[in-house]
Amino acid sequence: MSAAQTMLTQTSTKSAITYALQAADWAAIRHASETTTWRSIRNGKPDSNDTSLDEGAMCEVLVDGHFGYAATADRSLAGLQRAFDRAIATTRATSQHKAQAFTAHERPRAVGNFRSARQRDLDALSLAEITDCLLAASQAMQLSDLLVNRTASAMLVQTQIDYFSSNGSETHQSFDMLDITLSATAVEGSESQTRSWSRTGQFGGEVFDRAVLVEQAERTAREALALLLAENCPSGRMDLLLMPDQMMLQIHESIGHPLELDRILGDERNYAGWSFVKAEDFGCLQYGSPLMNVSFDPTREHELASYDFDDGGNRATREMLIENGVLKRGLGSLESQLRSGLPGVANFRSASWNRAPIDRMANINLEPGTSSLQDLVAQVEHGVIMHTNRSWSIDDYRNKFQFGCEYGQLIENGRLGRVVRNPNYRGVTVDFWNRLAGVGRHDEMFGTPYCGKGEPSQVIRVGHASPPCLFRDVEVFGGQS
Amino acid sequence: MSAPKMDFIADVRGLFDALSADVLGQLRAGEELTINVSAEESLFVRFNNNRVRQNTDVAQIDISLQLQADARTVSKSRTLTGSVDVDRPALTRLLEQCRDEIAVLPLDPYQVPLQNNGSSSEEFRGHLLAPQDVVSAVVAPAAGCDLAGLYAGGSIIRANCNSMGQRHWFATETFFLDYSLYNGPQAAKGCYAGSRWDDVEWAANLTRTKALLALLSRPQQSVKPGAYRTWLAPRAFSDLLGMLGWNALSASAWKQGHSPFKKLAEGEARLSPLLSIEENFSMGLTPRFNSLGEVSETRLPLIERGELKSLLVSSRTAKEYGLVANGASGREGPRAMDVPGGTLDEEGVLQALGTGLYLSNLHYLNWSDVVSARVTGMTRYACFWVEGGEIVGPISDLRWDESLYSALGDKLLALGARAEIDPATDTYHRRALGGCRTPGALIEDFTFTL
Repeated sequence: MSAAQTMLTQTSTKSAITYALQAADWAAIRHASETTTWRSIRNGKPDSNDTSLDEGAMCEVLVDGHFGYAATADRSLAGLQRAFDRAIATTRATSQHKAQAFTAHERPRAVGNFRSARQRDLDALSLAEITDCLLAASQAMQLSDLLVNRTASAMLVQTQIDYFSSNGSETHQSFDMLDITLSATAVEGSESQTRSWSRTGQFGGEVFDRAVLVEQAERTAREALALLLAENCPSGRMDLLLMPDQMMLQIHESIGHPLELDRILGDERNYAGWSFVKAEDFGCLQYGSPLMNVSFDPTREHELASYDFDDGGNRATREMLIENGVLKRGLGSLESQLRSGLPGVANFRSASWNRAPIDRMANINLEPGTSSLQDLVAQVEHGVIMHTNRSWSIDDYRNKFQFGCEYGQLIENGRLGRVVRNPNYRGVTVDFWNRLAGVGRHDEMFGTPYCGKGEPSQVIRVGHASPPCLFRDVEVFGGQS
Repeated sequence: MSAPKMDFIADVRGLFDALSADVLGQLRAGEELTINVSAEESLFVRFNNNRVRQNTDVAQIDISLQLQADARTVSKSRTLTGSVDVDRPALTRLLEQCRDEIAVLPLDPYQVPLQNNGSSSEEFRGHLLAPQDVVSAVVAPAAGCDLAGLYAGGSIIRANCNSMGQRHWFATETFFLDYSLYNGPQAAKGCYAGSRWDDVEWAANLTRTKALLALLSRPQQSVKPGAYRTWLAPRAFSDLLGMLGWNALSASAWKQGHSPFKKLAEGEARLSPLLSIEENFSMGLTPRFNSLGEVSETRLPLIERGELKSLLVSSRTAKEYGLVANGASGREGPRAMDVPGGTLDEEGVLQALGTGLYLSNLHYLNWSDVVSARVTGMTRYACFWVEGGEIVGPISDLRWDESLYSALGDKLLALGARAEIDPATDTYHRRALGGCRTPGALIEDFTFTL
């Protein structure tokens, strides 16, 4: 957007907010503009080259103690005024049946700018550079005719969020995000195995490194072929060593979601579900072993869900959710904190201009411990190490889970052994986390752009950093094939 | 202040006509273009404890261009403002950006040449509640209930045209109220959907769900993991068959090593002769045209008496692997799945089940072992332990893990006589179209693991 357009938008935004205040007690506009580019090369040939520009404004009002929303892509003054008219009319009617009375206290004044860490803006990366890297990676996976699918893809996202409110908020946040994925599938007879690698986070074009992609592509393809020849993962109770690219899923599903205060308050019961966590559990529930320390950290550079302000203007800070295994704090916005009386965080987030904010995860990280990976392996007499999530399912209270991974290796008498395929495990959340017996000292960052939740539904970006973690006596099993 | 009365469907049609004529008129020799428009004007109201948690009005229009030139393909999309004067130059810039990329992209060997697949125009006008009347209409009959859920209603539009002269238009006005009722931690699920809101129908729908909820007051039953004779009510069976949209019926997934139904596709396995599945666009839930404007047959048999008749094949997949396309979308998942009912009358379900589990809904399904088509998931909402054909009481949630080759194969004992429509209630990014129609299913030795 040019400087002149930016000025015009700010002028119409402030005029529209003034207009809304004729009938609303408080008003705000959140502009969001997001350009997403997908590039994919499969088997050395272009598979998709798509770009989308999604932009519009969410007009928000407080009427009779109730917040209501109307979204429009027409960001002229007249368009914003029409959206405010819709928001005010509907909110006035619904406010008689509101779940909770709010005030502007739940929308604190916020002023500031955020720019995600990067050395080279994504839009400075040429299409030729991207295509060259992805072609090279796809071709590097061509180690055998058994590798029928060799895909290298990238999603590049540039987002600008500008927020203005009638109590003086003005924030501008700019994000460059990248998700690069390599995937190799090997097939022989009725058997098929897939191995993948990904790099996801707030990065600029500097991480588009051809040599790194080629190296990872070759390893990914080799491991897919190795899985084709491997035995099934054995079944039984044994020790389980999870690598960071599986820990991210374990943290996400069995810590992040159950700690969301809107789930605990019942907002999400009809869709994603409720939570086994009760309000009275905060401060006393022994969620996991004393080795377990978990933070909400939107301040970490390069992690996928870092920001300075949430979509209600609340400044984002790092907070501990679980300390020494004890549950301390939930994932709840200022609205949820008022409703529940519990401490929360700045996590009132929306997927886009066309959705209202709700309680979401941001970066939820398991803090590093003291062990090296070799130390953790050495502690296992009989077990398995698992890499990279491929299957996930958990109940609507976030208790009973079953997760599967792409790649496993047996551990016998403190040493890594042969590769096994179709490794899976299942458990119950609090019991599982209390089996945590070792935490690595080096963490790695992962994330997903696709966390689904809400009515209407929203996908949002979340980050998870974790070291490798060792769990004792877990139910492990393989596939049928 | 009051919003002026506007006709969103007519406005978007005018915009589509003006913009498509303009951009198609800008094409140069050797360029071919496909245009898709997706639009909605929706009111979303979220309920918790029969009170309003959030209300959101959304008006959005998206347009996408797919340009083909010099044997290369590029796609770009953007949000439209709804103003022809603003959107026309924005679309011209989008076309220019497509041209810039075409110039540096590699050749696309699987490009599908555009053709004129014909034209169609369908509009289904409804009778929806005015936005300010929605909440009172929903909550009044539910007074005293702990109701959680989502009302979504308004206009949905899909339109397509291309430079070969093809043109399709589909617009509908619908609503759904996807909800659940709670009795403490236990819940029963309901859904009221249609194109004409009727207070009497809503009250009757609510009464049926309350009756189901009342059954949850019976003594809680403890069921250990194991294999049990199981009745999947229509919504639960719809949840299970929804997994077929995750690569199982996709021709490209089969060719690329990702299909759970590889053995079915290659004749090494078959399902129960009781089971037939087809795409049935005569249900009217979704348009027959896909994003290339190709029009599917009204009815396309996928599985007939347990044998695979056809996978879903997009034109691009057909070109890459030498197959015959059948109007499938690029994702190659069912858009209007229809499963004919069987012989088991509703009144006879509990008797036929005898002793076992009655499951109303399933939750969070995922492939746990693709090669053996094994799926894991949870039970959810009103699920009961049944003995001697009588409901004894509700169960705690159970995890299950079962191969579809078994559950839809030798273990499938019977299908219910009455099939129910399960309308799409997906609202990611925008309200979805579509849905499916399924009966319930009686399955022997369904495997529960946790």
